[in-house]
Amino acid sequence: MQLICVDELHKSFGDLEVLKGVSFSVKEGEVVAIIGRSGSGKSTLLRVLNGLESFGDGIVNIDGKRVSGLKADLIPLRLKVGMVFQQFNLFPHLTAGENVMLAPKVVKKESREHVTELAMEMLERVGLADKFNAYPDQLSGGQQQRVAIARALAMRPKVLLCDEITSALDPELVDEVLEVVQRLAADGMTLIMVTHEMRFAREVGDTLIFMHQGKVHEMGAPEELFTRPQTPELASFVKSVL
Amino acid sequence: MAYQFSFEAIASNWELLARGVALTVVLTAIGSFVGIIIGTVGAVSRAWTLPLLSQVFTVYIECVRNTPFLVQLYFIFFGLPALGVKLNGWEASVLTMVINLGAYSTEIIRAGVMSIPKGLLEAAESLAMNRWQALRYVVLRPALKNVWPALCSQIVIVMLGSSVCSQIAAQELTYAANLIQTQTFRAFEIYLTSTLLYLMLAVLVRKCLNQIGMRFIERRKA
Repeated sequence: MQLICVDELHKSFGDLEVLKGVSFSVKEGEVVAIIGRSGSGKSTLLRVLNGLESFGDGIVNIDGKRVSGLKADLIPLRLKVGMVFQQFNLFPHLTAGENVMLAPKVVKKESREHVTELAMEMLERVGLADKFNAYPDQLSGGQQQRVAIARALAMRPKVLLCDEITSALDPELVDEVLEVVQRLAADGMTLIMVTHEMRFAREVGDTLIFMHQGKVHEMGAPEELFTRPQTPELASFVKSVL
Repeated sequence: MAYQFSFEAIASNWELLARGVALTVVLTAIGSFVGIIIGTVGAVSRAWTLPLLSQVFTVYIECVRNTPFLVQLYFIFFGLPALGVKLNGWEASVLTMVINLGAYSTEIIRAGVMSIPKGLLEAAESLAMNRWQALRYVVLRPALKNVWPALCSQIVIVMLGSSVCSQIAAQELTYAANLIQTQTFRAFEIYLTSTLLYLMLAVLVRKCLNQIGMRFIERRKA
């Protein structure tokens, strides 16, 4: 079943058109990796899917519901679409556990006992159950990002968007985050990730999208795209990053 | 030196001074508490440019921050009765303190709200929180924490500035000192004492505010 369907999506910032008719779809349980040069519109695309950016023309359907851009529809949309950011964005005044518990508590009004249990479960899932009472500034970058993943998962989203989630990390901390994402993928989570980790995109992704100048330039099985790029743009991009 | 120092005037009037200290503290406490609430509302209105509210606050802040405290006090105490609003010295002092601190703390807290990285708000939104939930649970505490020292300074400044409330017969510390002085002519002793009392008060209030900051804003367990 198609979980996400994007058709001829356009988005401009003032006079600058960053998305020039993007179309693709994502099945439930699919892992999609989006690659491309900076400025190609990758991050903007993800932000549109979460309602953090509005968009111009085009149709975005998520879980059978058309994304309207109306304020009232944002909350239901975001209940289905979780997001993890490059800069982690953990709430600095709350412990890891409280970071995870906050949204289920205040948005879904779940009971204190339930959210505590939930937070424990989610932190366990990212291997940080022992950091429940630690504050973000007491955690490494990799640990913070794993807490951010747990925080997004606690809302039980249907799809998780990852916006360059390892780009702000020290090289030796990248793997622990990627391992968590890989486990999620194996568990059947639908994932859309903008990434610069080509090896990871190749190994874990079901589908690879190469964005170029605001469009989906090439799309297909990662192995296929990496070994036999159809366009000179992808060929030169692959060459420059490998 | 011919002058004979005598603190007899202080000793026999200690109750007046104590009452003055108490009133200064109460005046500052009410002014700070209500002022910070106004400041928070104003800060959010201005930082998020809420329609109407942000304009109202802009005018309010400009008026208060660009006029002297004493003139504001006179206007409220002597001027407003012309419009049928008659306040006694105490009420006018409280009102002026609240208005004054409200304006200054709006600008201070606004700086705090603006200091919160946009990413935090986006994270809250991406978790399906609405703007008010994000404000209450995500933005406010870190924002207040960032500007708490500045806010404490402003509170101390206004507390010391409250000495001018003696001019409209609010019986705070300076009023008490003036009263004793006119009865005993022991200006040196009395103003030395009131100076020291203000000094002690300022240090104590600062310490208390630091504690409040640690307990209610930082609220950190580890």
